[in-house]
Amino acid sequence: MIEFRNVSKRFGPVVALNSVNMEFSAGNITGIFGPNGAGKSTIMKLIAGINYPDQGNVKLDGENPRAKRESIAYLPEIDHLYPWWTLRQAADFISTFYRDWDCDRYKELLPFLNLHEQMIMGKISKGQRAKCKLLLVLARKAPYLLLDEPFSGIDLLTREEIADAVIKGYREGEQAIIISTHEIDEIESLVEKVVFIDQGRIQLSGDAEQLRMERNKSLVEIMKEVFRHGNQQI
Amino acid sequence: MDFDNSQPIYMQIIDEYKKNIIRSELKKGDKIPSQREYAQIVRVNPNTVQRAYREMENMDMVETLRGQGTFISAGEQMREQMAKEMAAKVMQHFIHEMRSLGYEDTMIMAMLKCELEPMEEGEQVDRI
Repeated sequence: MIEFRNVSKRFGPVVALNSVNMEFSAGNITGIFGPNGAGKSTIMKLIAGINYPDQGNVKLDGENPRAKRESIAYLPEIDHLYPWWTLRQAADFISTFYRDWDCDRYKELLPFLNLHEQMIMGKISKGQRAKCKLLLVLARKAPYLLLDEPFSGIDLLTREEIADAVIKGYREGEQAIIISTHEIDEIESLVEKVVFIDQGRIQLSGDAEQLRMERNKSLVEIMKEVFRHGNQQI
Repeated sequence: MDFDNSQPIYMQIIDEYKKNIIRSELKKGDKIPSQREYAQIVRVNPNTVQRAYREMENMDMVETLRGQGTFISAGEQMREQMAKEMAAKVMQHFIHEMRSLGYEDTMIMAMLKCELEPMEEGEQVDRI
């Protein structure tokens, strides 16, 4: 379980998160939705132990995220793979770092994502690079998977491939996946829990099916409603 | 299968299976995809599929046999019952919508008849 208790974070004058409280439990796929600059990546980095809260606590299974780094597979928004690496070299590098590397899963997902081990990171398309990054996190048996903007700037067909691979790679019951995005369309049917965040605050959170039932609206429609109301308060 | 994202997805999965059974495309004893396969086919969270399958088991629509898979268990009696229920729902919805447009029941009847009867050649029908 991941817990946020009264978490606030500033970057200079910018308030990235403002007294955020939430929990993510194992065995769920959660979507963190919000416009650019809402605080989504900050949440991911706090869980990954890359940033620290100014106030409040982030706990991962009751411990400091830094102490639990090996239980997190983190797909950052930026391109973190060396451009001269082949996919194979990247995979070799990561597999020596993490004991939870699952070679069978890696080999299974490689053709599923239409990737080849000889692909050079700096010479492939953005969509292919996004799929490589995804493959490298899905091939780990980490209990927590963080996908920060896995769809941004990616074409529609590749977005669908990514969504398919997430379902295929998902370890039900044992793994928690947290996906941050402002493109909800592709993952409407993928997420069970949702957190709508804007201007560093949680505007709405809950169970996706429950929200559909109560409001007769899709998550996209709910997001528009939530953020329109959010803006009116200012 | 395309989902209406404004409605709970697990209910749409159940309805889809119901329709298949009502049309007799799926019959008692037929094997259906495993939860994992189905999740991948329709691109839906495996836990949502699990919820749909669990509810269908509770309704005795399907049964899961250990190590063998999930099979349709609804027989003819249940098929008829489901057909009646689904048709009634569709009718109620239609009537509700027509009434909310301000049509009287006699008018609804007339319009329905007009839509259902094949037009004879050269015949002019006043459509409202």
